[in-house]
Amino acid sequence: MMPGETVRIAQSPIDIQAETRAVSEASAGIGAVVTFSGICRADEKGERIAALHLEHYPGMAEQEIESHVNEARKRWPLLAARVVHRVGRIEPGETIVFVATASAHREAAFAAAEFIMDYLKTSAPFWKKTEGGGREVWVDANEKDERAAERWQK
Amino acid sequence: MKVIYFAWLRERLDKTEEELELPASVETIGDIMEWLKTRGEEYAHAFDNPKVIRAAIDKTHVRADAKIAGASEIAFFPPMTGG
Repeated sequence: MMPGETVRIAQSPIDIQAETRAVSEASAGIGAVVTFSGICRADEKGERIAALHLEHYPGMAEQEIESHVNEARKRWPLLAARVVHRVGRIEPGETIVFVATASAHREAAFAAAEFIMDYLKTSAPFWKKTEGGGREVWVDANEKDERAAERWQK
Repeated sequence: MKVIYFAWLRERLDKTEEELELPASVETIGDIMEWLKTRGEEYAHAFDNPKVIRAAIDKTHVRADAKIAGASEIAFFPPMTGG
């Protein structure tokens, strides 16, 4: 891992401000920080949900994200990167995943954040289940996400 | 061989992991899925459509034709839906 790089699985709510600050302060050369927050919606396919349950494959989840952060680092001049992914029960409005990338100028940070998210969606071993209306339903994988990741293939 | 299951596979099988003695004829990830299907109703249901099931050997994604020789941990799971 490069200095300023962190990949973490979180069991409790993510403090976005603290995470963003840590990335911003990672290096004196940083002139741009891009952050992405994936938020738990209150509706899934038009139905009200009470919460999401996130399951992951410990070890492999961190490893997969790290390998894509490393790949992003080869493609763009990043000065810092951070990915935090929640697991367990997550209520609407809470952050599921947080990605921050930092570079001297904005282009690299924007592109790398999008690249990391696109790969995280399709290859990091996490699974979502919705809770609501007295039942639990596994969320289906999205074709659109597969195509979003494919566009980065060289 | 340690085999672990996630998400709806884990629920259908009602187990998170198990230690399996695989017959010598089982050489690939695809072979394990076919062999597991013969182990009972819950396995037949879980592995009903092997094409949609993903696998990892020692925490690295692999395809159904991957050889399992030398593996210490094999995982089966549905397509990923994180983020």
